[in-house]
Amino acid sequence: MNVVLITIITLSALGALAAIILYFVAQKFKVFEDPRIDQVEEVLPAANCGGCGFPGCRAFAEALVKSDDITNLNCPVGGADTMQAAAKIVGKEVGTAAPMVAVVRCNGSCENRPRTNSYDGAENCTIAATLYGGETGCTYGCLGLGECVDACNFDAMYMNEKTGLPVVIEDNCVACGACVEACPKDIMQLRNIGPKSRRIFVSCVNEDKGGPAKKACSVACIGCGKCEKVCAFDAIVIKNNLAYIDYEKCKLCRKCVTVCPTNAIHEINFPVRKPKPPVEKKLVGKVEEGTVKTPTPKPATELKAESPKPAAKVEKAETSVKKDRVVEKKDDSTPEKKDKPESK
Amino acid sequence: MSTLTISPSPHVHSGDSVKKNMYGVIIALIPALAVSLWVFGLGALIVTVTAIAASVLFEYLIEKYLLKVPSTITDGSAVITGLLLAFNMPSNLPVWIIIIGALVAIGVGKMSFGGLGNNPFNPALVGRVFLLISFPVQMTSWPLPMQNTTAYLDATTGATPLGIVKEGLANGTSLSELMNQVPSFVDMLVGKMGGSSGEVAAIALLIGLAYMLIRKIITWHIPVSVLGTMAIFAGILSYSNPEAFAGPAFHLLTGGALLGAIFMATDYVTSPMTNKGMIIFGVGIGVITILIRVFGAYPEGMSFAILIMNAFVPLIDRYVKPKRFGEKVK
Amino acid sequence: MLKTFSLGGIHPEENKFSAGKKIEVLPIPTQVSVPIAQHIGAPSTPVVERGDSVKVGQIIAKSSGFVSANIHSPVSGKVFKIDKVLDASGYKQMSIIIKVDGDEWEESIDRSTSLNREITLSAEEIVKKTGEAGIVGLGGATFPSHVKLSVPPGKTCDILILNGVECEPYLTSDHQLMMEKGEEILVGTQILMKALKVDKAIIGIENNKKDAIEHMTKLAEQYKGITIQALKVQYPQGGEKQLIDACIGREVPSGKLPIEVGAVVQNVGTTFAVYEAIQKNKPLFERVVTVTGKSVKNPGNFMTRVGTPVKDLIEAAGGIPENTGKVIGGGPMMGKALASADVPVTKGSSGILLMPDELSTRGKTESCIRCSKCVSVCPMGLLPYLLMTLSQKAIWERSEEERVMDCIECGSCSYTCPSNRPLLDYIRLSKGTVGQIMRSRNK
Repeated sequence: MNVVLITIITLSALGALAAIILYFVAQKFKVFEDPRIDQVEEVLPAANCGGCGFPGCRAFAEALVKSDDITNLNCPVGGADTMQAAAKIVGKEVGTAAPMVAVVRCNGSCENRPRTNSYDGAENCTIAATLYGGETGCTYGCLGLGECVDACNFDAMYMNEKTGLPVVIEDNCVACGACVEACPKDIMQLRNIGPKSRRIFVSCVNEDKGGPAKKACSVACIGCGKCEKVCAFDAIVIKNNLAYIDYEKCKLCRKCVTVCPTNAIHEINFPVRKPKPPVEKKLVGKVEEGTVKTPTPKPATELKAESPKPAAKVEKAETSVKKDRVVEKKDDSTPEKKDKPESK
Repeated sequence: MSTLTISPSPHVHSGDSVKKNMYGVIIALIPALAVSLWVFGLGALIVTVTAIAASVLFEYLIEKYLLKVPSTITDGSAVITGLLLAFNMPSNLPVWIIIIGALVAIGVGKMSFGGLGNNPFNPALVGRVFLLISFPVQMTSWPLPMQNTTAYLDATTGATPLGIVKEGLANGTSLSELMNQVPSFVDMLVGKMGGSSGEVAAIALLIGLAYMLIRKIITWHIPVSVLGTMAIFAGILSYSNPEAFAGPAFHLLTGGALLGAIFMATDYVTSPMTNKGMIIFGVGIGVITILIRVFGAYPEGMSFAILIMNAFVPLIDRYVKPKRFGEKVK
Repeated sequence: MLKTFSLGGIHPEENKFSAGKKIEVLPIPTQVSVPIAQHIGAPSTPVVERGDSVKVGQIIAKSSGFVSANIHSPVSGKVFKIDKVLDASGYKQMSIIIKVDGDEWEESIDRSTSLNREITLSAEEIVKKTGEAGIVGLGGATFPSHVKLSVPPGKTCDILILNGVECEPYLTSDHQLMMEKGEEILVGTQILMKALKVDKAIIGIENNKKDAIEHMTKLAEQYKGITIQALKVQYPQGGEKQLIDACIGREVPSGKLPIEVGAVVQNVGTTFAVYEAIQKNKPLFERVVTVTGKSVKNPGNFMTRVGTPVKDLIEAAGGIPENTGKVIGGGPMMGKALASADVPVTKGSSGILLMPDELSTRGKTESCIRCSKCVSVCPMGLLPYLLMTLSQKAIWERSEEERVMDCIECGSCSYTCPSNRPLLDYIRLSKGTVGQIMRSRNK
């Protein structure tokens, strides 16, 4: 009995002593931290993707609490709701950043861009890019080794094995910019999602002159300037033989899409055109014929490349029921992702 | 001319491969295997075949059904694990125990860490030590040499030289008397003593070492530092009290000293990456082995010593760096 | 025992098929394309325009900074256009394309072959003229030579080391140059010694070129202060730091230039170019290029004008073999795979190597078995296996601590790896990124 008693007393005494020491040590080394940092961090998505420009969510929370003007800070992952919630905690005004999404500015699939070389090195775009311009005549386009996909933390990208190009799953994309950072060729770009997720962009980054560009890739921007002329809103500029559409000025009239002789301008999530314009377009973009089923109903490239029944899906996209699309895309992406580890 | 290939330099390769290295080790083990068959007969054959077959089979099954990765059984590393596991077991061990040993070696020792290249501990030794602790009786009944050519489970058994000395010293017998009971050094060299099936033949193991050094499969650092440390340590002890401690030659020739130093400690995956690191690793093994043998409960300590030092490898690699170019003080 | 460097090293198959083949003069092509970026440093600025007539040796692009080099026309004819053309870098680079018409040289160039031993210019004049002649390191690094010859204030140079090692397998251009132009190289050495104000020079030659060692030793007897050092055959002995270590046993500290230990290294080809520039007034517009490979019909060494398409060279060596899978500009260890045989020869092209299909692709990458062979062959005492992992995981601070910037990209690690791991690929990636981080930190 005595033994039990002594044990209990000794242990209790030890425990109390430790508690006292701990208390004083904690007092001595106490670091004051604004409790709001924890609260803000709580509402952030905890993705630690760095899309805000800070190393992780905690650093961003600190910035939100400490800086006086937070109108320029934005969490692309959480979007407006998150920022509002955070603003409420810190009692400051937030700016309104338009939601963005990543786009792939290269359409140089195997059919569009004939191969001239084969690469046999480490599977890493940056390594390949320091070595040479790429497996095709185009030294600007996608290298197809998937560094953007590896960089994506949100399962929003996969490599389309048929085209050898990355595809963005729009509903998963949070516009953190990791792919933009990762791409050594500057092909990925964050663009305005646009009304009803509709947007128009030049899917090419080739700065070669028209002749060589076209020779290297049938859907290259050749810098002909037709789109620039037809644009009524001064949204398109040609620089270094390459057209660029400013998404802030673009009014989505789609005139440029029709005049582009190489189908380098992509329209996304638009309803299928009335019969007339496509006919005209087909005449101009004859080269494209029989290659991919991309040109007219653009949703096909971005979302439906893997779709077994393209026609049916285009119609669905047209009606644009958002829930429907989410489900569809999951269908699209899951088999793709399953494929990946095996192919590597 | 087809499309030209583009790849970063260098554009030539030595032609060395994982397979070449692994099969090189297997070739180096053949002399020891031959002696083992000669000394222990049928038992050694059964143990070796079972261990190799079980190891390869478990690697195949785990890769196919659990990890779902391409099979690597042809690279030879599973064969080596099986062979080394067999070499570390008495030749009268029942088949079912061998299979458990192989499962632990491959499954726990190797595959659970992600397969070849990722395991921190030598798989064969993980299997061996597991068996030694789980089945101490079966794992320490040693068939006598040259007497069991056709016997397997019913082999006549006896103690190993290390066991005789340990037991004898504990009972107060003097060392010089004990030395008369153990086999002569010549017998030890050719393998005529009790012990695990592959560890007995010093000469055969040394031939293997020479082969691996010539083929540049391993470097001298680990074997020399292990054996050198053991010799020096045993020498100091023996010099301080010749009646209580056996000399260096006895320690080097008995037990798994040579097998461990040449084949187990030099395992690529579980040894340090730098020459300096290898020497530290080897010295550690040598010291721990002698400590266990002389002062510990077990008569033999090679396996434990290697496993303990395996655990230090990441630490050694973190802090022991090679001599960098440009650091010479002039 | 022959001298060699202290750490690591490998000995790949030498395959010097073109050894002993006399240097042939390659016929002038009908059109040359001269890139304006043929050297390390800023690209030169073109000073000719479309339609201009140029003579051989006329300056067509001017150096645009201290670390940059002039470029001279390798042919006479008319400038056809200045446009982006695919070159050895794998990218399209600004190049001056000249249609050849005859072979009219600048009058100031002395075209005689007689040896001119007398050095009349002063040290400063030599450095200046080397720069004007557009001479860059011809070993492959293409570092402008006049920069190396200008010893920075506060540093002293006490020895000149000439690189006649040619440690790359297959290549023989320097070897052959020493055999045929030995005397000129020695005069060039004296010119360089005068420019650097040193009285000692060592020419390091690997022991697989016994004839060159013998030949140069005999010739060097008449020249004061020049000794020939035979070296054990070991790759990468031609690396500047390794060569200094091998010849005089001094180790260049990490991140420093050879001048830190009082040495300057020049390639023998560069030395010959210096001789021609100083004594013959001839700028650098041609060089010796080895064309070789296991299935090449007539491997050989060719005196080639800069800007000549690589395919012309291959044609001269018996045409491109059926089974060619890879064309390499330079040697097999450090050379660059070319995207096409149309790219032009530049000042840095020491050789053109054709690899048959079966040797063109790498083996399958397996997991690291920690065999430590990469560590034991690294001539800089680095841990390639660790650097690769750090690079894959983008841990740049630790890479810097592990001295990734010391890597000389010799490729010994990738060469020796039994698992065929792309060690150097990832180390290069790491070097690029860490270098960027370090530069931005210094700003």
